[in-house]
Amino acid sequence: MTATLNPSALNPLAERPRAKPLSTRIKTIAERMSWQIGIGVILGFLYLPIALLIVFSFNTSRSLSWPMSGLTLDWYRKLAENTQLIDAFGNSVYVAISATLLTLIIGVPAALALDRIEFPGKGLFRKLMLLPIALPGIITGISMLSLFRILGLNLSLETVIIGHATALLAVVVTQVYARLQRLPASLQEASSDLGASELQTFFLVTLPNIRTTVIGAGMLAFTLSFDEIPVTFFLTGRDNTLPMYIWSTLRRGLTPEINAIGSLIVAISVVLIFISVLLLKDKKNSVR
Amino acid sequence: MSAFLSLRLKRAAVLSPPLLWTILFMFVPYTILFVYSFWLKKYPTFEPAFQFGNYLEIASDPQYFRVLLRTIKIALLVSLGSFFLAYPYAYFLAFKVKRPGVRIALYMAIVAPLWVSYLLRAYMWKTILGTIGVLNSFLMSVGILTEPSSIFLYNQTAMVVTLTYIFIPFMVMPIYAVLEKIPHNLIEVSSDLGVGRVCTFLKVTLPLSIPGIVAGFPMTFCLSFGDFITSFLVGGPDGLMIANVIATQFGASLNWPLGSALALIMLVIVLSIVTASDRFERFSEGKFA
Repeated sequence: MTATLNPSALNPLAERPRAKPLSTRIKTIAERMSWQIGIGVILGFLYLPIALLIVFSFNTSRSLSWPMSGLTLDWYRKLAENTQLIDAFGNSVYVAISATLLTLIIGVPAALALDRIEFPGKGLFRKLMLLPIALPGIITGISMLSLFRILGLNLSLETVIIGHATALLAVVVTQVYARLQRLPASLQEASSDLGASELQTFFLVTLPNIRTTVIGAGMLAFTLSFDEIPVTFFLTGRDNTLPMYIWSTLRRGLTPEINAIGSLIVAISVVLIFISVLLLKDKKNSVR
Repeated sequence: MSAFLSLRLKRAAVLSPPLLWTILFMFVPYTILFVYSFWLKKYPTFEPAFQFGNYLEIASDPQYFRVLLRTIKIALLVSLGSFFLAYPYAYFLAFKVKRPGVRIALYMAIVAPLWVSYLLRAYMWKTILGTIGVLNSFLMSVGILTEPSSIFLYNQTAMVVTLTYIFIPFMVMPIYAVLEKIPHNLIEVSSDLGVGRVCTFLKVTLPLSIPGIVAGFPMTFCLSFGDFITSFLVGGPDGLMIANVIATQFGASLNWPLGSALALIMLVIVLSIVTASDRFERFSEGKFA
């Protein structure tokens, strides 16, 4: 008799999870489903516009209305013939590469200085340099416009490069600085104990260790510069960058041609994202 | 002594390029802006002066105050909107997703749009909300609307939706970074002690995630606060922001002194928000760690 006694009679806690199986299971399923629907809505909010952008770049009609009138590659063909657009694209590449190199040349030493050197006014220096992260681009734009006016410099792609480099310095400095902080000081000490000069230590020890971060920061700076409008808006002369060209076309009206440019930019961005993910993976494997 | 000198020289070599750059291209331009804000507009240009006319004009003309208030309101709504979307998303990533692969994919899904042109992201919403846009034509084709409606585009709602769309990653990233670090057993302990899940969330998870919220809020606020591109594309006159007014002063109106004064007001607002959140961060670090 006692052997067949339900153990739950003795230990009511043991059976409790199975006590209300159906309602609990429905509750769990309902909860999981509501989470999934919620996340799905957020993802839809993020990606539906991008999907529409791409889909409408193939629309035969000039108007961007649903349902679509038909499929065509005409808008892409038009892009290939649009010399203004191609010039703007070339200008953007030139600006983005120059601005990226400049930010790296200025930003890496700046991060080193913040990490290793004590000097008067360091706090102010750091605050000033990191300001553009939170500061609206328009302020960088108009303040540099004022400077160039006083210096008597004509606006050109070069003034845009200086503006971009200034606005993006903060991005490079924060990333490289964060990496330097995680770098053990013993590495540098060992190098100098072994008789390496500071320059040798930097190029042979420090730089290889922060390489992926520098490349990653550079790629981010490149993308941001390629895409930049608020600073460019005030500092560009006769030559347009790609976003400024798109901006000026937008004022004339919306056409699927802009969608075609947009889709190409999305495609390039996807490639860049994949490269940066691969770089991050590489970093995980190589650091200890 | 010479070794000491050469060390100093090397340090100067590392330090001077960034130092010179920050002084020449940041400190000096901001100072010029500050000086300009006291100058006098004399058509067609402006001349040096020391007077508070520009600030007085901003203070006395209610339209500037209205634009400023509207900008603050829109930026607040954008921060709130992003928060209410970002928090559940980050929470889901940190606590509900079991497989790390899925977690990385969902995280990337939020961050990836940052790499897609900012201008394009605003443009997309213009094509969606416009009178001949996707939303209108869709609603007409299903029969909800009989003629295109202009209520979707060129208003503050359009601004809030578009800016939320653009800046939501800046809210998800810091909140997720904080939630991810909360040990799961802390929540288990709370439920073992018989505390309900809602109560656990309010008393354990939410307070621990405050640093992430405090990092995300000012970021989204400041970014939307200084925007003039989105406003130009989807805002219309009703969605005019303070940055649009500044851009006009430096462009068509050619009133740089007034524009500078407005820019300085903007700078002060942004700086005080950043400083406040910095203070709070330091304060909460001391409290929690």
